[in-house]
Amino acid sequence: MSAIPADSAAATATVTEETITGPRPPISRRVKQRLTSRGATAAAIIIATLWTIPTFGLFISSFRPEDAIQDSGWWTFFSNPQVTLENYADVLASGRSSSPNLGQYFINSLAIVIPGTIFPLVIASMAAYVFAWGRFRGKDTLFIFVFALQIVPLQMALIPLLSLFINLKIGDFQLLPAGTYAQLWIAHTIFALPLAIFLLHNFISEIPNEVIEAARVDGAGHATIFWRIILPLSVPAIASFGIFQFLWVWNDLLVALVFSGGTADVAPITQRLAELTGTRGNEWHRLTAGAFISMIIPLAVFFGLQRYFVRGLLAGGLKG
Amino acid sequence: MEDFGEKFVQVGVALAIFAGVVGLIMLLVDRAPKSFRDKATVVGFLLPAAVLLAIGLVGPAVQTTFLAFTDRNGDPNGLDNFVWMFTQPEALVTLRNTLLWVVLVPLLSTVIGLAYAVFIDRARGEKALKALVFMPMAISMVGAGVIWRFVYAYRGGEQEQIGLLNQLLVWFGGEPKQFLLDAPENTFFLIAVMIWIQTGFAMVILSAAIKGIPMEIVEAARLDGASAWQQFRSITVPSIRGALIVVVTTITIGTLKVFDIVRTMTAGNFETSVVANEMYTQAFRANEPGRGAALALVLFLMVLPVVIYNARQLKKQREIR
Repeated sequence: MSAIPADSAAATATVTEETITGPRPPISRRVKQRLTSRGATAAAIIIATLWTIPTFGLFISSFRPEDAIQDSGWWTFFSNPQVTLENYADVLASGRSSSPNLGQYFINSLAIVIPGTIFPLVIASMAAYVFAWGRFRGKDTLFIFVFALQIVPLQMALIPLLSLFINLKIGDFQLLPAGTYAQLWIAHTIFALPLAIFLLHNFISEIPNEVIEAARVDGAGHATIFWRIILPLSVPAIASFGIFQFLWVWNDLLVALVFSGGTADVAPITQRLAELTGTRGNEWHRLTAGAFISMIIPLAVFFGLQRYFVRGLLAGGLKG
Repeated sequence: MEDFGEKFVQVGVALAIFAGVVGLIMLLVDRAPKSFRDKATVVGFLLPAAVLLAIGLVGPAVQTTFLAFTDRNGDPNGLDNFVWMFTQPEALVTLRNTLLWVVLVPLLSTVIGLAYAVFIDRARGEKALKALVFMPMAISMVGAGVIWRFVYAYRGGEQEQIGLLNQLLVWFGGEPKQFLLDAPENTFFLIAVMIWIQTGFAMVILSAAIKGIPMEIVEAARLDGASAWQQFRSITVPSIRGALIVVVTTITIGTLKVFDIVRTMTAGNFETSVVANEMYTQAFRANEPGRGAALALVLFLMVLPVVIYNARQLKKQREIR
């Protein structure tokens, strides 16, 4: 994953080199661009700076010693640089009693996000296949209904879903006990389905008819067609939605607050971080490092797979 | 570390069970007698999604609607929850704040995002400039909350400031300010965080739309001597109208549901609560599920017209094409 940003950095480097030393565009075009863009470039740079500084300040601070963070602003770092990894060690270590123990929560986030992405993708692909290629009465109506479910805010489902999970018992055996990941996986899967089915259906229905007919003539059943033809051909759509869902689950707070129970056994890192800002809002050495640990994975996904991410966003604005 | 192992055993078991269920469906579908194999496929492939949506979304939404008309003991209480929402001062503040959010965030994010997209269009280093503004989109709202709490951090006047904004105030000779505590302007400082996140979204989509404007039109306008502003007004904006609608409606819906930012930065205290946050507080902290459900219902009713409008516009565009 890290190879991709490095590549693109190299690419931009060569581009600037070329513009300095390489062949120049014809004068008329250059002038035209200059005239319209000098003030605009300045404005763009101001916006870009404004948008970057908050994150940058936090990033710098996460490497400063606790005393330095508390006694002086992060901008003094440049006149008096002091670098330490102590903040990161402190928030990750599980041995120390005062540590927020973020390492464990980080693992919880991973444990939540992997099934939380795979489950809806598979279930939605199956449904999308039937909606695209199956023949049955009421298909269109049902599809529109599923699509329309996107407008139900997940807030509307939280209270009843929680009590359903609690009451789901066989005898005394609780099927989905609190304090496991199961409730979170299922909740995230449910909330992802309407959008996932809609997007994947759009893609799967574009697959040429001949491909599927040819497979049927060869005697392939639906299961074979689905796994051998539909899924491989749908990889771009699956990737886009997969990344979108991955980031959505990783960054979620509301579903976690309702279904995780908040313990170090289950709760994701976002929930822990939110808790820390409430209870230890002035321990900036911990908050800064903790915030960055929570952002590492999404930022890596973002910089590595930006193109797919954008595509997912373009298609998936209605989720939530 | 054994903890680590145990957690991944949980994940592994879950994935195995899931694979087993899906595999079983596939097997049954393929082995079904030829005469109703197609029917079996339809049922088998739709079943998991249908069951989950029915028990997890449709049922709960209906239940919540009924719950909105009950009190904390689950007895029907007519419109009491809604009367509470529209008369109690603290609930009214919540509604007012939501209104402020929903007007300011889509408006400012779209305007700034559009301006930025136009400014950097075909500029040198466009990709990098885009990534900088787009990056907040990938950060969780909790992370964004921490980032901005640090920007707003407050120290008494005699101490050295550690928050950038207060330091700027001091440098320009002002007094440091409790940005997140002083109502009512603190709501605006929370709104700024959402604008910071959503501008990147607006910019990316509008930039894609701008690149789709046919070059000939732009060239023709240039030859006619149109100024940059005239080009922007009479060519760029009308050409990307569809994208603008999508951006504004999408951000509006996202803003109506905003929860994490308020939760992380003020927890809804100091008169900063919004509907989605109040819904959580009432239902899961204050033990008032009826009020929480009523707020969720209001949220649904607020989102509804935006979605319908959006769907209509999309349909119109499809028809034109």
